[in-house]
Amino acid sequence: MDGDFGETRAMPRDSEAAHRGAEVALIGVSKRWGDMRALDNVSFNIAAGSFTVLLGPSGCGKTTCLRLIAGLETASEGRLRIGGRDVTALPPAERGVAMVFQSYALFPHLTVAENILFGLKARRVAAAERARRLKAAAELLGIDELLSRRPAALSGGQQQRVALGRAIVAEAPVCLMDEPLSNLDAKLRAEMRAEIVSLQRRLGITMIYVTHDQTEAMSMADRVILLNRGRIEQDARPDELYVRPRTMFVAGFVGTPPMNLLPLVRQGGTMVVRGTSGPAIATAGARGLVAGIRPEAMELAETGLPLTLERGEYLGADTVLHCRCGEEALPVMLRPAGRVDLVPGAALHAAFPPSAVALFDAESGERAD
Amino acid sequence: MSETGEERNVLGGWLLVLPAALFIFAFTNGPLLATLASSLAAAPIAGHGGGFVGLQNYSDLFDDPSFLTSLLNNLLYALITVPVSVVLALAMALGVNRAFPGRATLRLFFFLPTMLPMIAVGAIWLFFFTPQYGLLDRATSLIGSGDINWLGDPDTALAAMMMVAIWKQAGFFMIFYLAALQNIPPVLHEAAALEGASRAYFFRRVTLPLLGPTTLFVMVTAVINAFCVVDHVIEMTQGGPDNASSLLLYYVYNAGFRDWDINSAAAATIVLVVLLSALAALLFAVFGRRVHYR
Repeated sequence: MDGDFGETRAMPRDSEAAHRGAEVALIGVSKRWGDMRALDNVSFNIAAGSFTVLLGPSGCGKTTCLRLIAGLETASEGRLRIGGRDVTALPPAERGVAMVFQSYALFPHLTVAENILFGLKARRVAAAERARRLKAAAELLGIDELLSRRPAALSGGQQQRVALGRAIVAEAPVCLMDEPLSNLDAKLRAEMRAEIVSLQRRLGITMIYVTHDQTEAMSMADRVILLNRGRIEQDARPDELYVRPRTMFVAGFVGTPPMNLLPLVRQGGTMVVRGTSGPAIATAGARGLVAGIRPEAMELAETGLPLTLERGEYLGADTVLHCRCGEEALPVMLRPAGRVDLVPGAALHAAFPPSAVALFDAESGERAD
Repeated sequence: MSETGEERNVLGGWLLVLPAALFIFAFTNGPLLATLASSLAAAPIAGHGGGFVGLQNYSDLFDDPSFLTSLLNNLLYALITVPVSVVLALAMALGVNRAFPGRATLRLFFFLPTMLPMIAVGAIWLFFFTPQYGLLDRATSLIGSGDINWLGDPDTALAAMMMVAIWKQAGFFMIFYLAALQNIPPVLHEAAALEGASRAYFFRRVTLPLLGPTTLFVMVTAVINAFCVVDHVIEMTQGGPDNASSLLLYYVYNAGFRDWDINSAAAATIVLVVLLSALAALLFAVFGRRVHYR
């Protein structure tokens, strides 16, 4: 940013705070338990001071990945680097990472202040410095009032803040979070999302955040690493992930409701959705293809893809129409704006611009256009 | 309307409690009161005397050197067996709380003495203590000595009783510690590991405080055992030699069932009950406040 607003608009991470984070790199990392491959040859590079989300369904290896970075598990293969240092063989305490656990992992017999200062005392940080960091963290998180309470006397959101406080006072360049919001109610979760992002921006630390909730991933991340079965499906900015999914798995995972995936068959020189006689979706090629079309890219029209309405879901700002397409009754969802009143069983047509169609290889699931 | 309903509730409540209360009074509180009364009375001799004698039985008791020996023996016995059993139980629990081959077998070995009746334990240890041929003397003969009359020597008889008691109860306490250790979420270890806490620091600051309720329970149980379990004394030494291994309850047993001095036995029993209650109250006062209950 240059010009008049340059000074005021720059985020802290672009200025003085940037040096506080550390780069995190995984190079060909695998983790096996017996025959089970939890993580399979995973490599990525996370920039210092960025907010990266590890996203995926349960069992995809995202938590294993985080625990490997923390040093709570050891890699079967590959190397890990934090801040340019090889940490593959280092114990957790020497890696320069702090972690917030899903269950918060607060010590039930210690007060909030003692919980936050636990690590500093273990590391024999001087009392004056401990007090300074406690005060700063308590103010930052708005938990001054709670310092003498025990975790059992706190609400879920307050416990979450204490866990955050414990991670902050360590002043580690990398902060790891394992599904930190999954135990909170929906309203609090939305608040905490914004708060964690602003905290990360202010402190300029590198944040690696594990979640299975794509809303969290899309709204918080600078970059999303989407994992499936121990492998990286796509490693991209949230908007790229949404607009240009690299595989069918990504297309079907990201978006609520996710992308419609419709297998195509050859009809003359073009390809149409299986079980229909048109419209043409793509030019015919040698491979089997699957078309991906976002529900919100489809419009109700006089002509187009023929559909039968099953039911409508009115959501306020828009309506999700669950339809069936063609002889094979392929499921298709549309998302027109506002309230759409249609009788189940109604025959509809969906129109969409050619640019809204993503093509995937039916065999490999990889992007084919 | 609501008042009569409440009254009926109170009455109903008492009626529900009544059977249990009757039993508790008949078999616990009643005998205690009877013992108290008996300790303040004397038996008639040849149909003469008897009746209320005030604290006479108590002052006789404290003039009896064998009672004083039993009292002091028992205090020493408690002072050693309680902490040693508790520390040993914790050490064993920590030892078998990690994964290693043969863990289940080792747990069983540690717990086995608890499952044996005290009389069987006494028989086993009679063999261990046999001079020259016993297990202990065979073992010590390898390093020189090997002829100690464990049960026959006034210097070692009480220590021998303590060994038996510790051997018998430490495994029992270990089970409680093991259960408590497994209640500590592993994620706390992980959080502490990330915070740079050493194992010793974690043990002192997290494990030990979280085991507080268990420690209090185990200590109170160990104190009660120290004063109320004397099977091994009866079987192995009969309090001898020269009262060296006599404990309070053994003194009561002798006074009551050998000498048939019921009033003196009653007075000694009251001393025992008061002492035990005071020790339990002390434990709760000292540790209870610092114990964190989840």
